[in-house]
Amino acid sequence: MTSLSATIQGVFNEANCVENANKSAAARKKGCTKQAQPGGAVGGCAFDGAKIALQPFTDVAHLVHGPIACEGNSWDNRGSASSGSDLWRRSFTTDMQEIDVVFGGEKRLYKAIREIIRKYHPSAIFVYQTCVPAMIGDDIDAVCKIATAKCGRPVIPVNAPGFVGSKNLGNKLAGEALLRYVIGTQEPDYTTPYDINLIGEYNLSGEFWQVKPLLDELGIRVLSCISGDGRYRDVACSHRARAAMMVCSKSLINVASKMKERYGIPFFEGSFYGIQDSSESLREIARMLIERGAPAELMERTELTVAREEAKARAAIEFFKPRFAGKKVLLVTGGVKSWSVVAALQEAGLEIVGTSVKKSTMKDKERIQKVMGHDAHMIEDLTPREMYKMLKEAKADIMLSGGKSQFVALKTATPWLDINQERCHAYMGYLGIVKLMEEIDKALYNPIWDQLRKPAPWDDADVSWKAKSLAQVEVATVDVEPNLERVEKARGAKRSFRCQNLDLGVTKESVVALGSTTVDDIAQRTKAPDVCGASERAIVDMTAAQPTSTQQAAE
Amino acid sequence: MAIVTSSNKACSSNPLKMSQPIGGSFAFLGLRGAMPLLHGSQGCTSFGLTLFVRHFKEAVPLQTTAMSEVATVLGGYENVEQAILNIYNRTKPEIIGINSTGVTETKGDDVEAFIRLIRQKHPQLEKVPLVYVSTPDFKDAFQDGWERTVARVIEVLVDPVDAAAPRDLSRVNVLPGCHLTPGDLDELRTILEDFGLRPSFLPDIAGSLDGHIPDEFTPTTIGGIGVDEIATMGQAAWTIAIGAQMRRAAEAMQARTGVPFRLFERLCGLVPSDVFIASVSEISGKPVPPKYRRQRGQLADAMLDAHFHIGGRKLAIGAEPDLLFDISSMLYEMGAQLTAAVTTTASPVLERVRMGEVVIGDLEDLEELAKTRECDLLISHSHGRQAAARLNIPFYRAGFPMFDRLGAGHQMTVGYRGTRELIFDLANLIITDREDNRQPTPDTWRITDNGLHVVPPRPN
Repeated sequence: MTSLSATIQGVFNEANCVENANKSAAARKKGCTKQAQPGGAVGGCAFDGAKIALQPFTDVAHLVHGPIACEGNSWDNRGSASSGSDLWRRSFTTDMQEIDVVFGGEKRLYKAIREIIRKYHPSAIFVYQTCVPAMIGDDIDAVCKIATAKCGRPVIPVNAPGFVGSKNLGNKLAGEALLRYVIGTQEPDYTTPYDINLIGEYNLSGEFWQVKPLLDELGIRVLSCISGDGRYRDVACSHRARAAMMVCSKSLINVASKMKERYGIPFFEGSFYGIQDSSESLREIARMLIERGAPAELMERTELTVAREEAKARAAIEFFKPRFAGKKVLLVTGGVKSWSVVAALQEAGLEIVGTSVKKSTMKDKERIQKVMGHDAHMIEDLTPREMYKMLKEAKADIMLSGGKSQFVALKTATPWLDINQERCHAYMGYLGIVKLMEEIDKALYNPIWDQLRKPAPWDDADVSWKAKSLAQVEVATVDVEPNLERVEKARGAKRSFRCQNLDLGVTKESVVALGSTTVDDIAQRTKAPDVCGASERAIVDMTAAQPTSTQQAAE
Repeated sequence: MAIVTSSNKACSSNPLKMSQPIGGSFAFLGLRGAMPLLHGSQGCTSFGLTLFVRHFKEAVPLQTTAMSEVATVLGGYENVEQAILNIYNRTKPEIIGINSTGVTETKGDDVEAFIRLIRQKHPQLEKVPLVYVSTPDFKDAFQDGWERTVARVIEVLVDPVDAAAPRDLSRVNVLPGCHLTPGDLDELRTILEDFGLRPSFLPDIAGSLDGHIPDEFTPTTIGGIGVDEIATMGQAAWTIAIGAQMRRAAEAMQARTGVPFRLFERLCGLVPSDVFIASVSEISGKPVPPKYRRQRGQLADAMLDAHFHIGGRKLAIGAEPDLLFDISSMLYEMGAQLTAAVTTTASPVLERVRMGEVVIGDLEDLEELAKTRECDLLISHSHGRQAAARLNIPFYRAGFPMFDRLGAGHQMTVGYRGTRELIFDLANLIITDREDNRQPTPDTWRITDNGLHVVPPRPN
């Protein structure tokens, strides 16, 4: 068995994964994701997953060994904020040419590593294997080993070529690379009883910074964040943390559980999305740290902070409740964080008509069941066509999803909000949940929807151009022999002229043909009892100019 | 005039280039009811898909043969077969366009043979056009993939015509390069129709990616040129090819149907627009409508107003060959100095770029050149924004991908109107930069020991 397939087998043996534990040995071998369907798949590949998991390490150079497609087509597509180096935003690839495919790309890879170290002095280089060099047998492990020795800097192979599997598998293979080459290789300058690791937190849009001040306030130190705003040295020292929080269980559960195995670092799965989840996570962090020797007073302080922040957030959300009453949400998050978002949305009084659970684990589903009660509208897999139909029939007032399905919503003129990886707003913690409500409100009440849902005037299927023009003729005839009801009918729902209730045409009809002279009379005839001041003046003007208008009408 | 050099680095950093297969898929996206299919691993498609979606802000159909490790080693026949059947059953496409990738080219899959076998095995596919183009990732770039794919579509789908048969004089074929946007195609359509011509655009990304809202959800492209229309392109009187990359396709059309072609390497700028309009007038036998006489005047006036700002600017530009040639030539004609130019792939037009040297390289090369040569305006696709920010010079987005601004599909550079808009945008950018970043200080004009700083006149 090659070392890569051994690694993959290892990942599938994940003991802490509830689903895996329930499988037979044979089923476990197959892994947890279905084999992609030719002609019916959209997801990313293992390389994609590995890159996503590690790219947020900010002071590291990420070098992609492969032809231009793997990096040239994909770089710079996730915004993970950095408080320091911006090296991670640069893109490095060996851009393999035909000649490298024929003669092997190892030399070029080695030279590329040297070039990067010379030019950019990174703390480390992560080298990503892709399909083509894997096929021709480029041994990136060997190249990285030699480069580490010769260049005096850690060069880490990330062996996750696209064709070995899904994005999710790639996340885990990235985790394996960290476990094998990085974690535990350095020692921190000092440790405290308040040191934690965050695993599977990517600091997208800098959202973790919405939570970090609270941790700072409590004196809790994030020894290493794997991998959002992460530094190489911090990961290398992360084995000295007292406890860990696993933020995204799907991506790096193997890192959390193997760190528990090797270094005895307990972990829990938590979320900072939604008020309840944020509070529970803070409490759990405190609890675990106390269990591992931190002073018990930490819990008291945590409770105080939680109470204060919850009160603030609830007060802010109160404002949105009346505006959200009766509004229905379709939630298509890819499943991962549905349950924590669901709780938050319900808290604000939104009704959830459906939530996708395509990528959710059994545990996620249980949680959703718990928060949503018996009306849990869990949707296993929603095809774009069904989604389109649902939205077109206005079964939901707004859809929250990732970027890939946004056009399904937007093209049905349904409000949509990005809550996935490409979003530009941060929704974490107590601050973030209020921000999410603001954004939902903005989307729901944007005045564009009324305009866009109305068909173009010529697009009314019931009225042909011919019918319209005949109706015009009819109106002209009516001018001679007035019949207000017919006129009104022919004009349909034409907008009023000055005030909402009064139709200019009908008024004119009334003045000209029936000789109405008083405002009251006109108001009564036009069935518009409340005539506003401006309209009243207009009617007076019209009555005064009656001879002229009669003449015009005759023409 | 320009010498073309290749950067000899082992590591491409901040790539300007995108891969050939997705250039090919892009061309298929301009066909009606199309489903482009990349023969490779899932990521090959997913990256391209994300790129198109971020650029156009539209749903984009793109499928994968989802090659696994095992399938790659054993050969991808079954994956191609299954992909085609799945697409056929689920989405009922009018055409499936297949591009190879690095993985399947390294293995050496003979997809043409696969297709013949698949057709034999599944007679229901008889009427579905399956067009395959070889486009390995490890060779060439985005533009080459487009070029090859359009040429291949012509070879496979255009019905051959007897050279002696009478032609429809009002019909023209237009073969646009991948540097033109849906907005550009709309403008060209308007111009040609104003001369009484009926154009067939191949590919027609304006039909599919202009952002219109379909009545029903469609899993394939929602517009573009139909296979039926492509088949009859041989009846047209002329082919108009835009961009040097389209020579191959135009020649393929001529070889197959005898339709003569006129190749316009550029459509941005006063003179190229004059040449184009005069040419269309000749082809159609109609005088130039007053509208274009007026537009020409407006462009001339825009050039007068803007030359104060654009003239003398030291320009750094990173773009695919045809776009680089087009925009940089216009700016040269506006008096700008082309100081740093980087492109992605070899092309005959590069030699005609009016400057000393064009580098086939990446955005790192462009950034370094722009820095050492003190450029004061940077033009490239969205990835160039980091370089411009580090250099603290104004940045104009041109080309693909443009993911961090809206309206990429409607940006326009062709004809009098497009040129005018581009000139105004650039001049305004320079004016804004001067107001925001170049205000004089007491030390601005202090003479140093080095003596007076003189901007050397531009080389000819």
